[in-house]
Amino acid sequence: MLLCFLLSLQTVEHGFPHQPSALGYSPSLQLLAIGTRSGAIKLYGTPGVEFMGLHDENAAVTQVHFMPHQADMVTLLDDNSLHMWTLRRHKGLSELLEIGRFMLMGPPGAPPSVTRVTAVLPHSSGELLLLGTEGGHVFVVEVPGFRELEERNISLDQVSNSVPVDYIGRRNLEHVEALQENPTNPSQVVIGYGRGLMVIWDLENQCAIQHIPATQQLESMWWTEDGSYILSSHSDGSYCRWRVGGQEETEEEEEKEKSDIPYGHFPCKAITKIVQLPTEEGPPFLLFSGGMPRASYGDRHCITVIHSKTHVALDFTSRIIDFFVIRDGLEQTGDPSVLLVLVEEELVVIDLQTEGWPVIQTPYLVPLHSSAITCSQHVSAIPLKLWERIIAVGELQKTHYSKKPWPITGGQNLGPDPPQRDLLLTGHEDGTVRFWDASGVCLYPLYKLSTAAVFHTDADPNDNLNQSAEGEWPPFRKVGCFDPYSDDPRLGIQKIHLCKYSGYLTVAGTAGQILVLELNDEAAEQTVEAKVVDLLQGQEGFRWKGHTQLDVREEPVLFPPGFQPFTLVQCQPPAVVTALNLHSEWKLVAFGTSHGFGLYDYQQKNNVLIKCTLNPSDQLALEGPLSRVKSIKKSLRQSFRRIRRSRVSLRKHHLQEANARLEAELAEMELAPVQRKIEARSSDDSFTGLVRTLYFADTFLSDSSHNTPSLWAGTNGGCVFAYMLRVPAVEHRADEPVTAQPAKEIQLMHRAPVVGVVVLDGHGAPLPEPLEVAHDLARSPDMQGSHHLVVISEEQFKVFTLPKVSSKMKLKLTAVDGSRVRRVGVAWFGSNCKEDYSESGLIFLTNQGDVHVVSLPHVKMQVQYPCIRREDVSGIASCVFTKHGQGFYLISPSEFERFSLSTRFVVEPRCLVEVPLHLDSSNPHRAEPGGATSAHRCVMEHALLNDESEYSKAERNETQI
Amino acid sequence: MNKNHRAPSSHSLGTVEVKSKFGAEFRRFSLDRSKPGRFDEFYGLLQHVHRIPNVELLVAYADVHGDLLPINNDDNYCKAISTASPLLRLFLQRKEEADYTMFGTDSMTRKKNTVLSAVLLRPDTNKKKPPVIISLPKDFRPVSSIIDVDILPETHRRVRLYKHGQEKPLGFYIRDGSSVRVTPQGLEKVPGIFISRLVPGGLAESTGLLAVNDEVLEVNGIEVAGKSLDQVTDMMIANSHNLIITVKPANQRNNVVRGGGGVGGGTTSGSSGRSSDSGASFYGYSSHGASASAASHIIQNFPVGELDSDEEEEDLVIEAGGEAEAIGHAPSSYSIASVPRYEPHLNLRTNPSSTYSIHTNGTLPGSSGSLNNTNADSATPSPDRAKERRSLEEEGTVITL
Repeated sequence: MLLCFLLSLQTVEHGFPHQPSALGYSPSLQLLAIGTRSGAIKLYGTPGVEFMGLHDENAAVTQVHFMPHQADMVTLLDDNSLHMWTLRRHKGLSELLEIGRFMLMGPPGAPPSVTRVTAVLPHSSGELLLLGTEGGHVFVVEVPGFRELEERNISLDQVSNSVPVDYIGRRNLEHVEALQENPTNPSQVVIGYGRGLMVIWDLENQCAIQHIPATQQLESMWWTEDGSYILSSHSDGSYCRWRVGGQEETEEEEEKEKSDIPYGHFPCKAITKIVQLPTEEGPPFLLFSGGMPRASYGDRHCITVIHSKTHVALDFTSRIIDFFVIRDGLEQTGDPSVLLVLVEEELVVIDLQTEGWPVIQTPYLVPLHSSAITCSQHVSAIPLKLWERIIAVGELQKTHYSKKPWPITGGQNLGPDPPQRDLLLTGHEDGTVRFWDASGVCLYPLYKLSTAAVFHTDADPNDNLNQSAEGEWPPFRKVGCFDPYSDDPRLGIQKIHLCKYSGYLTVAGTAGQILVLELNDEAAEQTVEAKVVDLLQGQEGFRWKGHTQLDVREEPVLFPPGFQPFTLVQCQPPAVVTALNLHSEWKLVAFGTSHGFGLYDYQQKNNVLIKCTLNPSDQLALEGPLSRVKSIKKSLRQSFRRIRRSRVSLRKHHLQEANARLEAELAEMELAPVQRKIEARSSDDSFTGLVRTLYFADTFLSDSSHNTPSLWAGTNGGCVFAYMLRVPAVEHRADEPVTAQPAKEIQLMHRAPVVGVVVLDGHGAPLPEPLEVAHDLARSPDMQGSHHLVVISEEQFKVFTLPKVSSKMKLKLTAVDGSRVRRVGVAWFGSNCKEDYSESGLIFLTNQGDVHVVSLPHVKMQVQYPCIRREDVSGIASCVFTKHGQGFYLISPSEFERFSLSTRFVVEPRCLVEVPLHLDSSNPHRAEPGGATSAHRCVMEHALLNDESEYSKAERNETQI
Repeated sequence: MNKNHRAPSSHSLGTVEVKSKFGAEFRRFSLDRSKPGRFDEFYGLLQHVHRIPNVELLVAYADVHGDLLPINNDDNYCKAISTASPLLRLFLQRKEEADYTMFGTDSMTRKKNTVLSAVLLRPDTNKKKPPVIISLPKDFRPVSSIIDVDILPETHRRVRLYKHGQEKPLGFYIRDGSSVRVTPQGLEKVPGIFISRLVPGGLAESTGLLAVNDEVLEVNGIEVAGKSLDQVTDMMIANSHNLIITVKPANQRNNVVRGGGGVGGGTTSGSSGRSSDSGASFYGYSSHGASASAASHIIQNFPVGELDSDEEEEDLVIEAGGEAEAIGHAPSSYSIASVPRYEPHLNLRTNPSSTYSIHTNGTLPGSSGSLNNTNADSATPSPDRAKERRSLEEEGTVITL
């Protein structure tokens, strides 16, 4: 097999980080950094430039700060540790490395609050870090080495001694809430204390220059660019503007004037961050988050932007983490151009220079989970024609986005162009299907299809739009696309199948609905014909207690350009569709639920076959998902199991406590023994009739001389049904009926659920997809040699001969190592050295989270890699494989992890970030390459030495792990 | 053997008188004690002297103790000839009328002359003391067995449960737990899998070989150490048709003690105080070396081919409009796998002549394979019927439509 041992299976993460907790931005590098609650740190630049790091501590990242004009970055975790990261060049590519860590040590005996860091200020010199603490002290630390400069610390005593006596009787100043540097004078910083007092401190002379006696709890500060004003925001929803320097007494009235509660009268919530930026001509931009009236809009997540007469309260759908503004010009000193807001579930970027402040489409960090993902399909090597059409219809949906190019442009993407065009389709709970460009490192949204329009739902499609009435105060404007609330859970998409050659798409959902859609470049108004299919076939004793089927709109519906539904099948009972397949050449759709399966001819729009697979004794399937007794018992058991597992996995991180943990775990087990019944499977088990897989094949079903179209269905009870199909020739396709007759039924004695069926041709290669050969994209199958049937159950792989079904080979999985197949796919592994050589294999994921490859046609185990944690049930369930040995799975509700087993197809970020030499005004001739002075060289050598020491430090860190 | 020595001494001629009874008829003839010939020749002779050339017979003789024992292969034929003193009394029955219950201890002494009538009349005559009825092994289906006694440490027990698609549930539950192991570092508590419950009336309970709190060490030759409860559950269910589990019984007083003779199965467990927890548990747990050697035993006792072939219970295929048929194996690929049949481990200890008898049994269809076990040890009735059925199918009798 064409596999090699991989050091890292995982290659790149797509989507939006789960639970972001901190945001940072480097204007000089043009990089964006996001820290998460699980301790991950992610850097993004121009599309394709991505870095990811993980702190060893499993603590949330609370602050991220780039060192000015450097490739270094400081992170603060909520365990009070500080970490220094850097982008190092290695073999022509940049890597993100942790190069140091630091924990502030207070004087012996001091309470921990003394050193608990609450504010971090990287000094513009790039050499100092100012750390404000809960105890009210400011510690000064030299970076990158994290050397404490004790003599420069600003202790609370020093400050409070100088506080005017009249300032509220010298009460406790509380913690350091904010630190800001004077943009015009690096030796001045302002220290903001929680109580409200702000002190401008001279770092050189170690003395206070000015006291600003605000009386409200301080939330944030902003020193305006000209250095003449300081803005402070407070917990009562007010902000104040204070003049710096000058004669305090005479300015006092003016200061009073500058205080404002923007959404005032009634009590307001705190303004958590305030920013004011000048424009070259005209009034400045004022931006602040929060400040909403507590009673009426206290639950909104808002950022207010005020510029001249324009005042907008941007209303987000999830909690605001942080925001920043990107400014024009190389040195980022010009007009504010883009507002970038990180909220809990998405990144929203707003163009401040275009009328109406439209949103800019993000090329990455797209919230995959704007509605929960319910299923996904990957389609490799999309033909250019279809690709262009999908992009074109997608563009029509994006007209409301700003035309402004993506503003974050740091780094260079050195990765090769993707070898082919790949699509990832995700089905969502709200009945939408999203199309993503999965060819490269960035998972870019192409097109969104909504199926809700076909049905009557409770929600009025109009009430979701901007309902901002004229004159409303505050002037809200909804932004962001994260919307987890589904109007009707029955709309949820469960299965997707796209034929990339014909542009036909079929999707199936929670209420047994199956839609067949066709790509149309024009809008069209049409009625969707519904066909109800009774899968019970007269089965007695049935009471469906689940949801009702969806109501279809009977009047014509206007569908926008894109995939438009033209036919609808509704299963009765309306149970979740569990298997779906489309054969675009024969124009047939096969679908299955827990009650049976059917075959639908979407050209003639009639039903070809209905087969009930239900076992009469299977009450659970009969009654539907709302059956109570058993499910509650089951869910209780599962939740207990989950609790136990999560406890176990949480503890995993503390190796030194291994023994204690073992004790505790064992004690726990003894307290609540979980039992498992050992019983052979029988035909009476629940959901044996559930259809797990459907497969079309042109093969030898009845005799070895004539191949015919066939349909194969595998059930949960280990049964495989094969039907011989008669599909009329193309010229009679419209009028002669398609027929299906039962040909074979195989009952696997081990009765494990059948999760896959594949037919191999005479060469032992899987049969090509429909239309693949017609488009010259696959070798036509060998119809001379004898075909073989591969049945993949959760426990075994079995190869049978065809047309006479007799067992030929098998590979047992569960009997040997106790794992079960969860996901399986056919993959082609290309050779690294020979372009045109490839081998096929089965790639599968087990319930233990391991990925295996099995060779075809001999079903021999080839390789095995641990891939997903076995506790991560949703990750395992979400896994999809590509045709070329890659795969995706959800590592959180909002992120796909991509992995690769193929040496030929590896998609991973390959990028380079170069630190721009900081342009001091004294050093204007940077551009000359040969003009390096000896001083320069000296600096370079120093840097190299530094590198080495840091490198060894980094190595030490690794060995400690 | 003493009796054997005595017998020839009293009859210098070296001939054996034979009195053969079929129905109401007697035949008498004699045989050369030193050259008894083979069983099939003898069988032909009997048919000849009784003039019943085409009647399938069941041949039995009365031994020195008065027990009625079968003659159906060379072994027990030779035995019968050599122990006859001086008369060899034979009882013939038509096979289709055969009553197997007559075999066994004291079957001759219960009533002097006609064993058959005694058996037939038994309900009336023996009300007070119902006789112990011993059937032919082939009438039994194996339900469970203790296997590999010779290679396992005495504290362990390897139990095989035969499910055979019967209705009786396997009937047990397993749980997580902890056990104490001896390691070079001293005692260590490690997680383990234990039997937590036996379902009343289930297969596991009815065998009496498994009990609550027995620690499960292996499933079908694969160690469960390091596997989760769910994994072990799935392994057991996947192997449920032919489940072999190795346990460390919680009750160590009923362990099989290996005697010097090597015939372990029959040895009783009375002197169990000797079965020494300490020494034997050290064997199992002490070091990697020990476990490695155990693993090699596993390989020896469960060749891959056997594990693969002994299982089926084939998949069923129903062709269009036809009846269900078991799926045969494609002859080409399975030629190797189907040859090594499951041989009970106890057979390894039988003498060479019994293996010889396997071949001759071929002439007696129906009773093949089972009777040679009566020589060895009837406690473990072995090759099951499913096997026979399959070997037939492999000869190509599967008809698919």
